[in-house]
Amino acid sequence: MTGKPQNAGAAALATDLHAPLTAHEAAVEADRCYFCHDAPCVTACPTDIDIPLFIRQIQTGNPAGSAATIFAQNILGGMCARVCPTETLCEQVCVRNEAEEQPVRIGQLQRYATDYQMATGEQPFQRAASTGKKVCVVGSGPAGLACAHRLALYGHSVTIIDRAAKGGGLNEYGIAAYKTVDNFASRELNYILSIGGIELQTGVALGTDKTLAQLKDEYDAVFIGIGLASVNEARLPGSELAGVRDAVEFIAQLRQTKDYSSLQPGRRVVVIGGGMTAVDAAVQARMLGAEDVTIAYRRGVERMNASQYEQELAQTRGVSIKCNLQPVAIAGDGAVNSIELEYTNDSGDGLAGTGETVVLPADTVFMAIGQAFDDGPLQGTALNLSQGRIEVDDERRSSDPAIWAGGDCIAGGEDLTVAAVQDGKLAAESIHRSLTA
Amino acid sequence: MADLTNNFIGIKSPNPFWLASAPPTDKAYNVNRAFEAGWGGVVWKTLGEDPHIVNVNGPRYGAVHSHDRRLIGLNNIELITDRPLQINLDEIKQVKRDWPDRALVVSLMVPCEEAIWKNMMRQVEDTGADGVELNFGCPHGMSERGMGSAVGQVPEYIEMVTRWCKENSSMPVIVKLTPNITDIRYPARAANAGGADAVSLINTVSSIVSVDLDKMAPEPTIDGKGSHGGYCGPAVKPIALNMVAEIARDAETAKLPISGIGGITNWRDAAEFLALGAGNVQVCTAAMTYGFKIIDELTSGLANWMDEKGHANLDSIIGKATPNITDWQYLNLNYVAKARIDQDSCIKCGRCHIVCEDTSHQAITEKVDGKRHFEVIDEECVGCNLCVSVCPVENCITMEQMADGVDPRTNSPINKNYGNWTQHPNNPASSA
Repeated sequence: MTGKPQNAGAAALATDLHAPLTAHEAAVEADRCYFCHDAPCVTACPTDIDIPLFIRQIQTGNPAGSAATIFAQNILGGMCARVCPTETLCEQVCVRNEAEEQPVRIGQLQRYATDYQMATGEQPFQRAASTGKKVCVVGSGPAGLACAHRLALYGHSVTIIDRAAKGGGLNEYGIAAYKTVDNFASRELNYILSIGGIELQTGVALGTDKTLAQLKDEYDAVFIGIGLASVNEARLPGSELAGVRDAVEFIAQLRQTKDYSSLQPGRRVVVIGGGMTAVDAAVQARMLGAEDVTIAYRRGVERMNASQYEQELAQTRGVSIKCNLQPVAIAGDGAVNSIELEYTNDSGDGLAGTGETVVLPADTVFMAIGQAFDDGPLQGTALNLSQGRIEVDDERRSSDPAIWAGGDCIAGGEDLTVAAVQDGKLAAESIHRSLTA
Repeated sequence: MADLTNNFIGIKSPNPFWLASAPPTDKAYNVNRAFEAGWGGVVWKTLGEDPHIVNVNGPRYGAVHSHDRRLIGLNNIELITDRPLQINLDEIKQVKRDWPDRALVVSLMVPCEEAIWKNMMRQVEDTGADGVELNFGCPHGMSERGMGSAVGQVPEYIEMVTRWCKENSSMPVIVKLTPNITDIRYPARAANAGGADAVSLINTVSSIVSVDLDKMAPEPTIDGKGSHGGYCGPAVKPIALNMVAEIARDAETAKLPISGIGGITNWRDAAEFLALGAGNVQVCTAAMTYGFKIIDELTSGLANWMDEKGHANLDSIIGKATPNITDWQYLNLNYVAKARIDQDSCIKCGRCHIVCEDTSHQAITEKVDGKRHFEVIDEECVGCNLCVSVCPVENCITMEQMADGVDPRTNSPINKNYGNWTQHPNNPASSA
C-alpha cells in the first residue's frame, strides 16, 4: 500500500468481517451437509436456491457447477452470501441445528462458489437471441439488477436508469463497508451486466429526468425498483445541531470516501434506532475510533429489527445496546454535546414514556429510525399504493399492467437484499411471459 | 480388569494386537517404536532372497477418502523388504533379544523351491524369532515373479510350500492368505493339509483406487503409468470378516487358528474379528494413518468392553459369534421386524423417506397433517434396514421385532415358530 498509513479504523472497514473459506475449509464444511430431502434450507431461501445441490457440487470438486446452481436462482448470490441474515433464513432451519446446534455455514459456502465463478469473469449462461422487446428498469439495486439480468437472458433489451452517480443501489450505498470489501458491489454489478443487452444510465432520475408516462411510451414494459428514498425524521428539540446526522447518509459516505478522517464521529456516539442501519452505523463508528457507542432503541430487545446475529456483532465490537429508551431532546451549543432519553414501557397497548430520563454525552447522534417510500417520482401515473408503497400481485405486477415493481418500494417489501432479488426475478418472468404471449 | 494376554499357537504376547507385515515393521527403528508404544507383537516385513528387490522411486500409495478426508482405503505397490537379508536378520535377532515378552514373527517370500525355503527357515530360526508367516498374499509385483498371491491362488502350491517349511523347521508356521480368490476355504484347507499351525488373512485386495483424469493413468502414477496395487484399510474389513468366518465355520478348518487381518482400526473392529474366530489380530493401515499411539485406544477399548460384558480373558470371546453364522436358507423367515423412528432424536433430514420412496418400499411418510414428519408405515415396511443405514443419527432409527399380533403388511398373524426356506411352500425342494 502506498501513501500515508491508514488508521486502524480504515483497516477494519476494509477487512472482511468473515474471511472467505479456503478450499480446505470449504471441503470440510461442505462435507457436513446431509443432502436433505425437500431441504428446509431451500424452503427458507427467498430465492429458492437448491442449497444441498450447490453444496454437493462444492464437495465433489465442481465449484463452477455449484455457482451455476446458485446463479440460476439468484444472480446476486455473491452479495447475498455476504449480507443475507442466514441465521434467520437457510441456516436457521439447517437440520444440523437439531443434531448439534451448529448449522452448515451455507452463506460462506455460497460465497466460496460464487467467488470462484466470478473470478473467472464468465457467466454460466448464454443470452438468448434478441427478441426486439425493450424494457426499462428503474433503479439498479438488487431488485432492478435481478430483473434486468433475467430479462437480458431471455433476449430482451434492457435499459436501467438510476438517479445515483453509480449503479448498485443499496449494495453500493447502503451496506456497511466491512460486509462488501474490495469494491465487491461494483464488481458484481459489472459481472451481472456482462451478460450483455443491458444499458445502465446513471444520473437519470425518475420523475425529474424521465416520467413514468414517458417510460411507458418508450418501452414495452417498465420495472420499478427504487427502494425507500426518504428518511424518517425525528422532530426533536436540538435536531438541527451540528453533529446530528442521518445514519443512512453516513453509511453511504463511508462507502464512497477514501478519506475516512473527514467522517470521524468523535469520541462519544449515540445511535437512535434498532435496525440493521443502526448496527451498521454503530459498528462503523467504533471502527472509526469512537470510544463510547450506544444504540438506543425505544422498544424492548425482542422488537429490534436488527437480527440477533447483528446485535451480537455490535456488542462484540464494543457497542452498547440500550433498550426502552426514546429520545427527548438533543442539547449543545452549536454542536451536539448530549442527548436526553426517556425510559419507556412497551405494554400491549402501545409505547409510553415513564417520565424518568437519562442524559448521555454525545459528540454525534446518528438517526437510524427507518426509511419511507417516496412516491414523488411516480407523479402523473396512477399506481395503487398499499401501506404507503406500491401494490403488486404475486407476479410483482402493479395496478398498471405495463408496470412491475419489486424490492423495498413494494407493499410487503422485506428490507432484505435476497427478497428484492426474488422480486426482480419473479417480475422478469412475468414480464417475459407478457412480452412473448 | 480383563486379561488381554494372548497365546496364539504358542506365541505369547501381552495383548492380541500385532502389527502386520508391512512398512511399519520394515526395520528395527520402527519395530522398537512400536514395542515402546505397547504393541503386543509384530510380523516383520517380508524377507526375500538376496539380491534384495528394489522399489519404485515414485509414489507407492493410493487412497480412498470418506467425508472430511478420512482415509478409508489405501492401496500400495510396494514390494517386500528392499534391504539386504543379513541386515534384516541381524536386526530381528537384536530386537527379539531386547523385547523377549513380545511376539516377533518373520514374514517370508521366496521362489517355490524347497532348498531355498529350507535355507531361509534355517536362517530365521537362528534369529530366535517366534515363528514365520508365509506371504502367499501380496497381489502386486511379486506375483508377476511367481510369488505372493500367485502361490496363494493355487492350493497345491500352498500345501507344498507349507509342508516344506514344517518339515525343515520346528518354528510355528502361519500361512498368510490372499483374498484374490473365489472361495477362501480351498487355500485354507490346503494350508491345513500342509501342516500349517495357523492361517492369517486377509492380505490386500487387487485394486485400482483411482484414475488421474489429467494424466489418464491409474494412481499411484509412475511416469505416466500405473499398476494394480493391494487394497487395505477400513474399506476391506467386511471382506476380511467374511473370509475369517468362512474358515472358522468350515468343518475341515474349524480348529485351524486364525490371525485376523483387514481394516482393523479400533477396538470394536478387533473384537468383531475375535468373535468370528480369530485368535488374535494384525493391524497395519490404522497405524499407517494415525501412528503407533492408537494401541492405547485398542487395548483400553477392548479391555473396558470385556469388563463391561464380564469377559475375563480373550478365550471367552474368541469364536463366540461363529455359531451364529449360517446359510441364508436357514434364516428364520417367520421373524418380522419393522423400522421405528425415534422422533426425539430425528433431525428431519428426510433421507430415510427419500431413499425408501425412490429406491425401496414407500414405507416412510414425508408429511403428517401437512407437517414435515417422518414415520414408518408398517403396512409397507419390509424391515429392510435401508433407513437405518442412511440415517445420520445413530440409534435414531432402529429395527424392532414384531413378536406377536398381525403383520399389517402381509395381514398374516406372526408365526412364533422357526421356519426357513428349506421348509417354505414356495421352495420346490421344500422338505416340509
